[in-house]
Amino acid sequence: MKTILYIIQKEFKQIFRNKGMLPIIFVLPLLQLVILSNAATFEVKNIKFGYIDNDHTSTSRALVEQFNASTYFNVLTDFPSVALASSAMLKGEVDVVLDIPQYFERDLQKEKHHSLGVTINAIDGAAAGVENVYVTQIIQRFNQQLKVDLFQISDKQVHPISIETIPLFWYNETLNYKTFMVPGILVLLVTMITLFLSGMNIVREKEIGTLEQINVTPIKKSQFIIGKLFPFWVIGMGLLTIGLIIAKIIFDVPMLGSLPLMYLYTSIYILVVLGIGLFISNFTDTQQQAMFIAWFFTVIFILMSGLFTPIESMPEWAQILTEFNPIKYFVEVMRMVMLKGSGFMDILPQLLKTLLYAVIMNGLAVWSYKKTN
Amino acid sequence: MGISVNHISKSYKNVKALQDISFEVKKGELFGLIGPDGAGKTTLFRILTTLLFADEGNATVAGYDVVVEYKSIRNSVGYMPGKFSLYQDLTIEENLEFFATIFGTTIEENYDLIKDIYVQIEPFKDRRAGKLSGGMKQKLALCCALIHKPKVLFLDEPTTGVDPVSRKEFWEMLKRLQEKGITILVSTPYMDEAALCDRIALIQDGKILEIDTPEAIVEHFPKQIYNVSANNMYQLILSLNDYEHNHSVYPFGEFVHYTDSRTDFNPEELKTFLETKDLSNIHIDKTVATIEDTFMELAK
Repeated sequence: MKTILYIIQKEFKQIFRNKGMLPIIFVLPLLQLVILSNAATFEVKNIKFGYIDNDHTSTSRALVEQFNASTYFNVLTDFPSVALASSAMLKGEVDVVLDIPQYFERDLQKEKHHSLGVTINAIDGAAAGVENVYVTQIIQRFNQQLKVDLFQISDKQVHPISIETIPLFWYNETLNYKTFMVPGILVLLVTMITLFLSGMNIVREKEIGTLEQINVTPIKKSQFIIGKLFPFWVIGMGLLTIGLIIAKIIFDVPMLGSLPLMYLYTSIYILVVLGIGLFISNFTDTQQQAMFIAWFFTVIFILMSGLFTPIESMPEWAQILTEFNPIKYFVEVMRMVMLKGSGFMDILPQLLKTLLYAVIMNGLAVWSYKKTN
Repeated sequence: MGISVNHISKSYKNVKALQDISFEVKKGELFGLIGPDGAGKTTLFRILTTLLFADEGNATVAGYDVVVEYKSIRNSVGYMPGKFSLYQDLTIEENLEFFATIFGTTIEENYDLIKDIYVQIEPFKDRRAGKLSGGMKQKLALCCALIHKPKVLFLDEPTTGVDPVSRKEFWEMLKRLQEKGITILVSTPYMDEAALCDRIALIQDGKILEIDTPEAIVEHFPKQIYNVSANNMYQLILSLNDYEHNHSVYPFGEFVHYTDSRTDFNPEELKTFLETKDLSNIHIDKTVATIEDTFMELAK
């Protein structure tokens, strides 16, 4: 026990003496949290909107005015022809072009229906989808008004039938993306820092040759491993704490659930990450190799975590793969506990899976450590 | 019992690093492993310090088997690898304390053993190990290897890359440690250091060429060696190599060490031959064999 304490002490000394690493451990993650949480937004704003008005009537102008009033669209230009609008889109000057045909107003009144041409720049597919929804919403609203304005007198017998939906967004009423991004990004930071540091740590001893010196001493492998990894467990928990404070102070993310529950889950989760880190370091000889392998896994884990894209929309095989992704469970738990106020019983499945993962990963890591060193 | 090695062999894929090595080191002996780079010295050290398994054979260190009783060995040997392998970002004192702690002891407990060495680096004890000079690093590494009062000390090329003054000091330290009853196995590529050992083993390509005291090894040298010098060293070596009766020609400082294949060799005859090769200022004198000569002869 004394030996373990001494190794832990030594590790902390080394970590705090490494002037290059200190800011990477403590400052960069928090900068990332602040910057990424603001930048990683799914809202599409400042859409560059252009239109071709072939009708030039009060109705067509009213339609354009609807777009102008929307906060999502910046109404740019009135293009005289389709060709000019197309070339503007090619140059990237407009994202959405609305084509209002001739006799738009007349036909609407006479025939009671008409169609509009909307062209959307879909280089960014996700943004194009969102833009389409916005455009449709605005036109539908305009449509409703038209029914009221134009048809009331002439078609009294025809009652416009329309079904309106009034969505209620539970657990995040204002659909504030920061509320669900901040817990997720916090998860990433805790994972990345602990994985990279633990993965590189034992390799470093290999690289500078101290591992050989250590192996000649009577120190037990378990003592050595615990002594080496415990500091990173502490750092991980420390990062979570600082991250939660920032989430509360800067982003005012609601924290409905219990903090001890979050810490309980994180304490087990970091064990998984440390196990992966140790496993990586057993199969690498240099810090560079360890870094690249850790990076490779991190990218896969992040993209398949459900943080940026919903897991439900992935193909079935990918959904099965995500079952092996520890970040997925952490993101789920953080969002559930923070936003929904889930209790112990609610996160029990995730907790048990993570615990099992921790046992398996650390078992593998210790087993391979004995074998390779 | 110091160290006993019986028929140890070890291969790395196609390379035979050690082939049927056997020798014994008595308790309290300073034993040298002398051989060029790649001779298998480090492999042997790694087997004896329980870092590596031998393919064949067995060995004991301080009476413990290297495979079965490896835990006891780790408690009773000190190992100083050829490459400096202490924590560069910890200070001298912290390194020493660290190794003392993981051996379950304290600096104070065995201070008398390292005192002579430690006082030399103590003024810098708050300096980080990475910032020390080569000689100081060696002294620190030796202190760390000694802090738990080992029965056997393994030193793998401790003086490689160290300046001549520090080398001399280092060997004096080893002599003093030996007086305290520690068995020392040291490897070195420097032949001049071999003479300072009690006994040496000449090793090349994983095979032991000869084991004896340095004096006996030199005495066993079969031929008379001549120091040859002339005004043009390069021309001299070429000419001697051309000489039909030569046995060996090795440059040795300002001289060439020459042996003749005949028993009734007459130096005057060689002098005449060299003069025909446009060499002047020729001196041919008898000299005694060194360990290097012996090694070259055996390795031939």
